[in-house]
Amino acid sequence: MTGAKALMEALLHEGVDTIFGYPGGAITPVFDAMYDYMDKFHYVLTRHEQGATHAAQGYARVTGRPGVCIVTSGPGATNTITGIGDALMDSTPLVVITGQVGKTLLGTDAFQEIDMVSITQPITKWSYQIRDEQEIAWAVARAFYIASSGRPGPVELDFAKNAQIAEVDFKSEKCHFIRSYFPVPEIDESILQDAAALINCSKRPLALVGHGVTIGQAEEELKAFLEKADIPAAWTMLGESAMPSDYRLNKGMLGMHGNVGPNIKTNECDLLIAIGMRFDDRVTGDLDAYARQAKVIHFDIDPSEIDKNVKTDIAILGDVKKTLPQITQLLHEAKHTEWIDSFTEYEEREKNNVIQQDLHPTDGPIKMGEVVRKVSDATKEEAILVTDVGQNQMSAIRYFRFKNKRSVVTSGGAGTMGFGIPAAIGAKIGAPDRTVCLFCGDGGFQMTVQELGTILQEDQLGVKIILLNNNYLGMVRQWQELFFGQRYSSTPMANPDFCQIAQAYGIRSAHVGRREELDAAIADMLSDDKAFLLVVECEEKGMIYPMTPAGKAVTNILLGD
Amino acid sequence: MEKKLYTITIFSENTPGLLNQITIVFTRRQINIETLSVSPSALKGIHKFTITAYCDLDTVQKVVKQIDKRVDILKAYYNVDEELVYQEIALYKLATDKVLSMGGIENLIRKYNARVLEILDNCVVLEKTGLYEETQEMFDELQSRIGVLQFIRSGRVAITRSKIERLSDMLASIEARINRQQEQQ
Repeated sequence: MTGAKALMEALLHEGVDTIFGYPGGAITPVFDAMYDYMDKFHYVLTRHEQGATHAAQGYARVTGRPGVCIVTSGPGATNTITGIGDALMDSTPLVVITGQVGKTLLGTDAFQEIDMVSITQPITKWSYQIRDEQEIAWAVARAFYIASSGRPGPVELDFAKNAQIAEVDFKSEKCHFIRSYFPVPEIDESILQDAAALINCSKRPLALVGHGVTIGQAEEELKAFLEKADIPAAWTMLGESAMPSDYRLNKGMLGMHGNVGPNIKTNECDLLIAIGMRFDDRVTGDLDAYARQAKVIHFDIDPSEIDKNVKTDIAILGDVKKTLPQITQLLHEAKHTEWIDSFTEYEEREKNNVIQQDLHPTDGPIKMGEVVRKVSDATKEEAILVTDVGQNQMSAIRYFRFKNKRSVVTSGGAGTMGFGIPAAIGAKIGAPDRTVCLFCGDGGFQMTVQELGTILQEDQLGVKIILLNNNYLGMVRQWQELFFGQRYSSTPMANPDFCQIAQAYGIRSAHVGRREELDAAIADMLSDDKAFLLVVECEEKGMIYPMTPAGKAVTNILLGD
Repeated sequence: MEKKLYTITIFSENTPGLLNQITIVFTRRQINIETLSVSPSALKGIHKFTITAYCDLDTVQKVVKQIDKRVDILKAYYNVDEELVYQEIALYKLATDKVLSMGGIENLIRKYNARVLEILDNCVVLEKTGLYEETQEMFDELQSRIGVLQFIRSGRVAITRSKIERLSDMLASIEARINRQQEQQ
């Protein structure tokens, strides 16, 4: 068979059922081979290669399996860079296959030749150029193993055209082991004892829950751990749905726009227990003023995260799915009632100063927060939340509520505007039986608006898009208001009629300008499982509070009052 | 934190593009590589990189972890000078007529423990191995007396003083890992 067909067989062997992508010159043989595999793969033609990568990310985040993209060389390949970088930052398994010119043309500046291996090395776990058809089975097996094992991440395979065309005697391979790669560090039993002793002594422990819990599918193990020692827990943005929103020990979100309680308590606890999180600067603020009083235990699968930002007293390397139950066994049952109750004062303050106005305003323009909560309520807290980036994202993350795990798809580390629409497409394809709600702003919506074409082609794929329109690049506007003397440089947006755009793609839509219309519009949106665009005119000068200014201490919290 | 010269040793698979994977870790943190030497190691198929760079302890620890994390890197670690035996090699090209007319070349060669590699009508090539300061001192003397036509110095090569052989330890642990995995399957 041809190398192109061998690629199809290798992907099937890895259990791939969905491929996102866009054809072009140097990958045409692969698309030709795919023509015979239409019954085996769901091939999703996006409208831009960036969209293909974000869609693959959305798919990967809801399924836990690697997302797969196939695109052409040159500009097709470079258009995937944003998605690859985003996937590395957010530990998302991705296998990106790019076409490449034939090997005799490599290095000659041939048409659509771009050195993708060099470009992607800093933003992938592994980049490899397949120049020889004999390498196809090996390289694909290795790519899937690397992308999905240990701390997941993106892998790039650059597939030279000569290897696509050449005949090869294909024999599938499976990769379980690479001698130079240690995806899951071995667990050190004695360290577990030390850590358990520290937890057992702690009077005021605080757990920080990150994406690692979701990636490791350790939600139950986390709950058992928290329950036994009665430890309050807060989450990073990507760790949000690892605990149900109404869980007794769930104390809310960490960081810049997080909840007041956990941020204040970070600097009052005596023990910080970080679980699959990496102390991003948006979580810690000023490191010199971060939890200096506390001992730190850090659970992580990636040794390079230990001591990177926050010095740890005890590092527990390994997969939290395994390390959490092991340490739970060593814990004494405990009660920290007084400590847990001490969060209440701050919860009340935030409720009175921020949340009440965000969720239940009685007059004035519509607030983003109230829209988010209404959609969350209308979907019975069971939907998958996808967000774009900016104020829409912070409102959605703060006010959407969750009953189910693996329910948040957002661009955390990279903060990629334009992530929303394609990621929501991927999420819906990965979880067709669930409701997928995307919140985006007028800025991010227009960055990847062409992916409405993908929704159209996927038979009005049931993505519920809620566009929180404030006619501003709202988060930048907020920074300009607070820190740049209200000089609104390049943030006001002259916007089109968004409903007309939806109409052009045959997508049902509604426009809401008044609070009274909101409930009916949401009910209409959720009345079927087809695509919908709900445009809500929101407060132009809306602000996201609480806010810890960048580089300031976590306790330096603005409430906007 | 105090900056000093660290020697970073890396064992890797011999795959294309590895040097780039290593240097980007330095580039991201704006660390200049002072010297770099790459060669096959004692084990077939495994390459050894020896890199020196000025940075603080905290930074070198993070750099080494991030290099170690790369899929094709077997092991990376760092050392300070006191833990190492190390050498560099330098070649000096001199004009033959000036060497003959300067007098005392024998003393100079004895003083620096240098060697003559080649003598031609137009030029003489000397070689010296030693520490950076030693090869530099010989360069300075030659340069001031008769001028040096060409000068080249290698990157550092180093081995540790400790009894522990890192590479063999590492390979033993890899082998143990393979065995455990096979038992599990």
